[in-house]
Amino acid sequence: MSNHKKYSQPKAMFAIAKASFRSITRSPSAVVFTLAFPMIFILVFGFIGGGGFRISVGVMSTSDKNNPVYSALEKMPNIKMVTAEKNAELVHNLERGNIDALVSINAPQISRPEYVVDLKTSAASPERGNMLKLILENIISKMNLDEAHLKGEMVQLVQQEVEGRKFKTIDFILPGQLGFSLLSAGVFGTAFVFFNLRQTLVLKRFFATPIQRPYIILGEAIARMVFALLGAIFIISIGYFAFGFTLIHGFSTALMMLALSAIGLIVFMGFGFIVSGIANSESTIPPLANIITLPQFLLSGTFFSIEAFPSWLQPICKILPLTYLNDAMRKVAFEGQEFSEISTHLLIIAAWGVAAYAAAFKTFRWE
Amino acid sequence: MQRAHPVITVKNLVKNYNGFEAVKGISFEVYEGEIFGLLGPNGAGKTTTLEIIETLREKTAGEVMVDEMNIEKDANEIKKVIGVQLQAAGYYPSLTLTELIKLFCGLYNVNVDAMQMLKTVGLEEKAKAKYKELSGGQKQRFSIATTLINQPKIIFLDEPTTGLDPQARRNLWELIRKIRDKGSTVVLTTHYMDEAENLCDRVAIIERGKIIAMDTPDKLIDHLISSGFERKKEVKKANLEDVFLNLTGHEWRDE
Repeated sequence: MSNHKKYSQPKAMFAIAKASFRSITRSPSAVVFTLAFPMIFILVFGFIGGGGFRISVGVMSTSDKNNPVYSALEKMPNIKMVTAEKNAELVHNLERGNIDALVSINAPQISRPEYVVDLKTSAASPERGNMLKLILENIISKMNLDEAHLKGEMVQLVQQEVEGRKFKTIDFILPGQLGFSLLSAGVFGTAFVFFNLRQTLVLKRFFATPIQRPYIILGEAIARMVFALLGAIFIISIGYFAFGFTLIHGFSTALMMLALSAIGLIVFMGFGFIVSGIANSESTIPPLANIITLPQFLLSGTFFSIEAFPSWLQPICKILPLTYLNDAMRKVAFEGQEFSEISTHLLIIAAWGVAAYAAAFKTFRWE
Repeated sequence: MQRAHPVITVKNLVKNYNGFEAVKGISFEVYEGEIFGLLGPNGAGKTTTLEIIETLREKTAGEVMVDEMNIEKDANEIKKVIGVQLQAAGYYPSLTLTELIKLFCGLYNVNVDAMQMLKTVGLEEKAKAKYKELSGGQKQRFSIATTLINQPKIIFLDEPTTGLDPQARRNLWELIRKIRDKGSTVVLTTHYMDEAENLCDRVAIIERGKIIAMDTPDKLIDHLISSGFERKKEVKKANLEDVFLNLTGHEWRDE
């Protein structure tokens, strides 16, 4: 007999962790939820967010283009001149909001006014139309003043911009996507895996070996944790290197985000255990899991700040665990807050964890 | 056959499921080094009895000793010396057979050569195949391979040949005999009488949760004949299965 040595539960647990990790990396849904899904959103928002504020101005084909007003407009950094289209098309696009305004400037006249700038704006894009109006007024009054040869200005405006960190779209989107990827990995992944292990009698076969039951769960949990954290490292790296995601204190901030990810995943796995316990068939898992994940996907500040929601929705937003995880991630990454400063967030997340595992212990089924 | 050492002792075993009596006070012993068969129709209580001995199921009453250990007190020690093949057990479907063997090495805290293990059940060519890619018979053989990893004293096989073709069944019998010859005791369930007759040293026939007969297959048959029983039709020297195997050969088929 080769069983003289003392049996080691951790050794058996790591054998399960290794096997389960391999199994996860070969499961398309795990890879899609943990990596591809968040990456797509980060890529989409990363590229959309880069553009900034921009006004497109259609130029009527009849317009004169060799005048000082036109060249001043052309030089403005946020203005894009659209010249290649026919007049009818330009009007059509203005009505639809595809362009923000139309200008037409006549050829110089001998009598005053030398130039008349004809501006058409549209109700489809009122803010940008007004913005262009202000810009044009500014250009025109400068030209008129120059023409009047005034000595010294009566009023001077001095603007100072206060130094500040630029909060980019990626700084908002990435923590939200990371949080959501942890939520779906925790809930869907755990629910499906434990349901299937039970259903296909993999667990029963494990019971026939000397490993004790808690170590089976721990082994599975370690595998999911390692995979989710690798996913988090991947997401943070892409965000940092490709889209300039702000890690205020660099590496140590990234480590704090990983620690938050681990805490979040543990809590969300609790929800997954509940789902695997109460699901009667494989097809009831997705609806049950969606009841947990979808509201948080929409209401936890994954895509937009929860401030944007109507006031009657805010209380709901403010009880969801993902709201606090997302917010904590942003506070750590962008504002450089310490764990002590986000202790309220951590406490609320922990409270959810306690509630989830209390329910999981009640509902969990081995067979 | 020496009757010296019972390696499993079952006394007055009872199992109730919500008022239904699945096992009604059965007693038997399994001797070291034999192939012991629990026979009976579906639902007779074979699997329940087996799973109680394997420490996978709670008993309602009675006493069960496995290798001189009590199933209530020493379940974890018992698990180290037994190998268990479950009816329709599953494994991580996307792992290769080698990876799965390594997983079970970890679970039993032993080191074995995965390739050697797969060779015993004729699956060495499938070492890199994923479990889900195996055919039914191959899965069954792989399942038996996992029971051998800890060099167990006792191996439990629950309907090991159900759903297999005649070639696979014959070859599996051969494999089970080899396992016995290497020193393990084998306990199996089956509802195929030819299997019991060919393979088992002793059998217990279970019907509705009770053992209604127990002896060597030969003695059970002799006993029936001595009571005046006669088959209606004279048996020929070969049957249709012999014809089939003679025509199609004996080797493993990988469907």
